[in-house]
Amino acid sequence: MTAPILYAGCGIILFSIGLHALLVRRHLLRKILAANIMGSGVFMLFIAAGARGEGTAADPVPQVMVLTGIVVSLCFTAVAIALAVRIHNLTDCTTLAVDEESSID
Amino acid sequence: MTVTEIITTMLLLASLPFFLAGTLGLLRFPDLYCRLHALTKADNLGLGLVVLALIFQADNVQQIIRLLLTWLLVLIAGATVAHLIARKARGDGHKHWSRQ
Amino acid sequence: MIDLVLAFDLILMTTLISLAWLLLASRDLFRAVVLFIAFGLLLALAWTRLGAVDVALAEAAIGAGITGTLLLVGLGKLGSAERCRRTPRPTTFLQRLTPAVLIGIIIPSVTIILLLELRQLQIVSSGQQGLVLSLLDISGTDHPVTAVLLNFRAWDTLLEKGVLLLALVSIWSLDQARPLFHQEAPSPVLKGLSQLYLPILVIVSGALLWQGGYAPGGAFQAGALLSAGILLAILGGRSLLPAWYGMPLRLLAGCGLLIFILIAAATLLAGNLPLQYPQELAGALILLIEIVATVSIAVILAAAVAGGHPAEISATEQQQPPSSEGTS
Repeated sequence: MTAPILYAGCGIILFSIGLHALLVRRHLLRKILAANIMGSGVFMLFIAAGARGEGTAADPVPQVMVLTGIVVSLCFTAVAIALAVRIHNLTDCTTLAVDEESSID
Repeated sequence: MTVTEIITTMLLLASLPFFLAGTLGLLRFPDLYCRLHALTKADNLGLGLVVLALIFQADNVQQIIRLLLTWLLVLIAGATVAHLIARKARGDGHKHWSRQ
Repeated sequence: MIDLVLAFDLILMTTLISLAWLLLASRDLFRAVVLFIAFGLLLALAWTRLGAVDVALAEAAIGAGITGTLLLVGLGKLGSAERCRRTPRPTTFLQRLTPAVLIGIIIPSVTIILLLELRQLQIVSSGQQGLVLSLLDISGTDHPVTAVLLNFRAWDTLLEKGVLLLALVSIWSLDQARPLFHQEAPSPVLKGLSQLYLPILVIVSGALLWQGGYAPGGAFQAGALLSAGILLAILGGRSLLPAWYGMPLRLLAGCGLLIFILIAAATLLAGNLPLQYPQELAGALILLIEIVATVSIAVILAAAVAGGHPAEISATEQQQPPSSEGTS
């Protein structure tokens, strides 16, 4: 049963990579990609926890949670892209602009 | 190893050069049109051999039909996508590579 | 042989991690999106390695296919350049260091705790699998995942249909749909492909839906395939009849949630808990929900890719000779 443990570790690394990019990158689409990678990392941890060894099907309950999660993350992506396009149309920015009022330095 | 396993292994090994050549072409060929050529031709043949190899491992006729259908659909879709990319590239004015 | 399999797993994991890093660090966003689609397909391979074939099918169809399409359409509208009215303040060294340190310290410590917990979990319990399998007989389906999805935890699925619908409402309230292609007529080859693939995709999606009763497959995967068919038809130059843009489209999008709520109400009226099906009707009810949900998911996903409410499109397209198409 070493492979599921390794996959769980892989999921955590994917989550970290995504979180890092979400904080550091500026372009909105890149942030959306980063959030998707984070989600994939979480899904991988779930499925790895439900894995039942070579050649047998994984535990159905985590599978169902991840199936639902994939659809929800698709919904997130679709709405986030629509919001990003809206921001782009209104402000001609593809990053989150620093607001004029809120910058007190 | 049974006879079918040996045949499967041989066919899978035979598919490897096609994938290798396709990948190499994709990475090293000089312009977009050449790269497309490398990708579609090699991938189609490579996948064909993989499908052929898996047919020898299939349990029933339904699985064989599904495998063949997969190959056929990838073949058609691959050709269409290659055409679309080349068409767009030509529309955008990508130059052909030529030996000078 | 075991070591060979483990080596395959390790190569797959390394590829996944490096792809994730490359795509998030890539300067060219188009490249990043293409790498993301590749990432999704390899992720599907990882799911099959972990024994989650249902998730693999959904990942390939929804995670890589539809999300990839959404991202490409979004990229077309946004552009790859980082543009901003105000130039961002130069970040100080400390500001740049913070995320890395945060992730570098917190994540590894959480990792170690979680991995230890996970080991415990696998030693102590065998999860819910036994329970699900023991109740499979009364669930109305022969596939454990479908049983959990549409019977044991049907509430989750109902709410998820709600999330899908809510997402579509949000998208429609933000923007209006614009044609995916403006400048040129679609290539005749693409038209031919869409004519050939639309019926095939409808059949395969139906087969996948039916297969959900006894093997990996079901409404999500079938819906994603069907929406791919609809999108292919749109790319091939077809469009909905303008008459469909109003109520019919909204009904199609909402029917997945609606059928769930109706059945929940019916079971409540029959004296059961909501969505607690009578045992002899369970199979039929699950099939009914799945068929309706497939159509609804397909319409919602295709509409989400179109990216806005359809009111204005009908006005602009009426000037051109309308090429009519019924989607389902």
